[in-house]
Amino acid sequence: MGDLRGALGADRARAEPLELTMYARDAGTEVGTAAAVCFPRSADEVAAAVRVAARHRRPFVARGSGTGLAGGATPVGEPVVIVTTAMNRVLEVDPDERVAWVEPGVLNLDLSRAVAQFGLHYSPDPSSQQACTIGGNVATNAGGPHCLARGVTSAHVLAIDVVLADGSTARLGGLEPDTPGYDLRGAFVGSEGTMGIATSIAVRLTPNPPDVRTLLVDFTSVEDAAATVSGIIAAGALPAALEMMDAEITRAVEDYVGAGYPRDAAAVLLVELDGSPAGVAADEALVDEVARAHGARTVRVAADDAERELLWKGRKSAFGAIARIAPDYYLHDAVVPRTRLVEVLARVYEIAREERLTMMNVFHAGDGNLHPLIVFDAREPGVWTRVHDAGRAILEACVEAGGVLSGEHGIGLEKRDAMRMIFGPDDLDAQARLRDAFDPEGLANPAKVLPRGSRCGEVQRVPEGVWI
Amino acid sequence: MDLTGELEALARSVGDAAGPVVAVGARTQFDVGGPVPTDATMVRAPAGTVRFEPADLTVTVGAGTPVRDLDALLADAGQEVPLDPRDADATVGGVLAAGLSGHRRLGRGPVREAVLEVRAAMADGRMVKGGGPTVKNVSGYDMPRLFVGSMGTLGVLGQVTLRSRARSREVRWVRRRDADPRAVRRCCPDATCVAWNGTDTVVLLEGHPADLDIQADAAGLAFSDPPVWPSGPHRARLSIRPGAVVGLRDGLDDTGAQWCAEIGVGTVHVAADDPAALARARVVAHGVGGWMLREAGAPELDGFGIELPNRALLRRIKHAFDPDDKLAPGRMPL
Repeated sequence: MGDLRGALGADRARAEPLELTMYARDAGTEVGTAAAVCFPRSADEVAAAVRVAARHRRPFVARGSGTGLAGGATPVGEPVVIVTTAMNRVLEVDPDERVAWVEPGVLNLDLSRAVAQFGLHYSPDPSSQQACTIGGNVATNAGGPHCLARGVTSAHVLAIDVVLADGSTARLGGLEPDTPGYDLRGAFVGSEGTMGIATSIAVRLTPNPPDVRTLLVDFTSVEDAAATVSGIIAAGALPAALEMMDAEITRAVEDYVGAGYPRDAAAVLLVELDGSPAGVAADEALVDEVARAHGARTVRVAADDAERELLWKGRKSAFGAIARIAPDYYLHDAVVPRTRLVEVLARVYEIAREERLTMMNVFHAGDGNLHPLIVFDAREPGVWTRVHDAGRAILEACVEAGGVLSGEHGIGLEKRDAMRMIFGPDDLDAQARLRDAFDPEGLANPAKVLPRGSRCGEVQRVPEGVWI
Repeated sequence: MDLTGELEALARSVGDAAGPVVAVGARTQFDVGGPVPTDATMVRAPAGTVRFEPADLTVTVGAGTPVRDLDALLADAGQEVPLDPRDADATVGGVLAAGLSGHRRLGRGPVREAVLEVRAAMADGRMVKGGGPTVKNVSGYDMPRLFVGSMGTLGVLGQVTLRSRARSREVRWVRRRDADPRAVRRCCPDATCVAWNGTDTVVLLEGHPADLDIQADAAGLAFSDPPVWPSGPHRARLSIRPGAVVGLRDGLDDTGAQWCAEIGVGTVHVAADDPAALARARVVAHGVGGWMLREAGAPELDGFGIELPNRALLRRIKHAFDPDDKLAPGRMPL
């Protein structure tokens, strides 16, 4: 602590019980123990804090707002927690080249607000975009509804200035289209803080589309809605967003915000089309045709921005709405090939019945990115076991259908041990080699992403005293 | 078709080789990167379609599949993977390993964005999978991106899953002489390529014909043939901050090389009969903090030509995967 206070000042290096408790977890369910919490204001201060940690062979964990759901920012091994929220400046905007340099603590939505005057926005829009930071987005390779057409965080990050685990600094990627050597930028994005800490990020900005059309389509069966999703893609349209909500969540949302969602629908699709006007109009006709061919009851097109915002408010209020139904929820995140949505969803509902749990589904259907949401009351004895069993069964169903463990939340602690469901020992060993090349001492956010024993033929070097 | 047996055989031949191993595709980009030992064991990835599900927008192929065959397969379903190598005989694995993006990068992104999952034979003979077969995935480290542009020095790509997309309703090349290419680009939100040689701005528009008409009108663009990309025995690409490209016109003209820039991207294609012209182009790139990658000819212009950033980290990665420097030694000088 003395070294940290010497490097950052007493007010920016803290070990009071209140801070240690506040930073003992993220928005997931895993709780850890922090030894100290730092609030650096610059890359130099981040490097100083990391060097202190490295000198004492103490792990460190970077975090932004802590909105992650997979325990990626949960402190394991009594680390120094390095909070980047005080580094929240948009450093530079180049509207001509559509690039901005930002500090890691800039909030996702604040970035889009800062560049709105240029007719630009930052494309990845996780549901937590009012609270989550760009640094956290980089760590998790965050997604969002509007990643269907334009890609997740990795597609929008050009360069990252980082502090590596030994306290040295590096620029990964660059504003030039290609960088000599391996794609270190690509490897770093989504590495969940296990390769170092981003201190400045160059992001690509996206021009606001000339035209936007938002449609709400409702169905009398989940199967019809899911078949429509596949039908739209197969017909050649690529909506900017293609979201699905099932009956339970549609009712909950409608009761909560009154967005005009049909309360008796078995499922609704929220479809957003954007681009140049004639293309958007043609795609709208195509969506309408595919939806009606699959038994859509109504296709409602938002008449203006106000109605469009209302329709999105329904989608984005899902998590507020469920708080009225039960005090706790567990949000899952897995991906299946789009064409397997119908059968996997059927299995997900079956799992809920088997475990006697209330399950709702509100998700990025266009990507096949499922978000089964289990709502429950944690005070009910034994309920956590059923929640966890259901989660495991859902992952198994997704993997069996050719899917993956996570589409946008990441692996963190939550799914670390599930990695073996999709990767063999050699695959995990290769990933461990990459991680170790960045951080030979294993100090950056230890015990995350890769399960114990991922390294072939060696005992995993978990720093002493690590809590798992 | 199932390529499991072929992939196993590939991994065995990589693992069993006592000396250097070099992956060979169609040799259309074999000059990219440094020279490899002539006595190396040459290995080839299998060709063929493993799985194509149009509604999933994913396609899995052997890395030895020619891009021409992949294009034909996808075209039947009205789709494409915009790899766009100059020579469609190139193999998918070759395009990914070289990592050179095609001319539609402005609208379709760099080549690395096309890759979802890779299966690669490692130096020790293990077959390793990285990434995942779905269009969205954050399960584990992003191994596919690490392999794109690694020039066969980390592993030999055996099978890959790519993201496909629907073809555009209409694709149209249009042209204007003596215009500011940046202004042309601003008028054309549906441009997937804006090529500029200092005189002509040649734009690829993709979208609904009515939208393309409006954009072409607004920018004063008329129907055109595709641009003429620089060609010659000595060829390279400059990688430059996109904002710096337009200011380099005179400097590029003075090199004596043919050149054509991708506006908004920062790639400048250069070619010449005289390698000295490429050497001069490299100096132009260095002047604005960029660099040049040789693609053909001009052996004296091997390597990156600049002090390699993050050399120690790059070496650690190479060493982690290929400790004996068995895979394509010399190809990527670290």
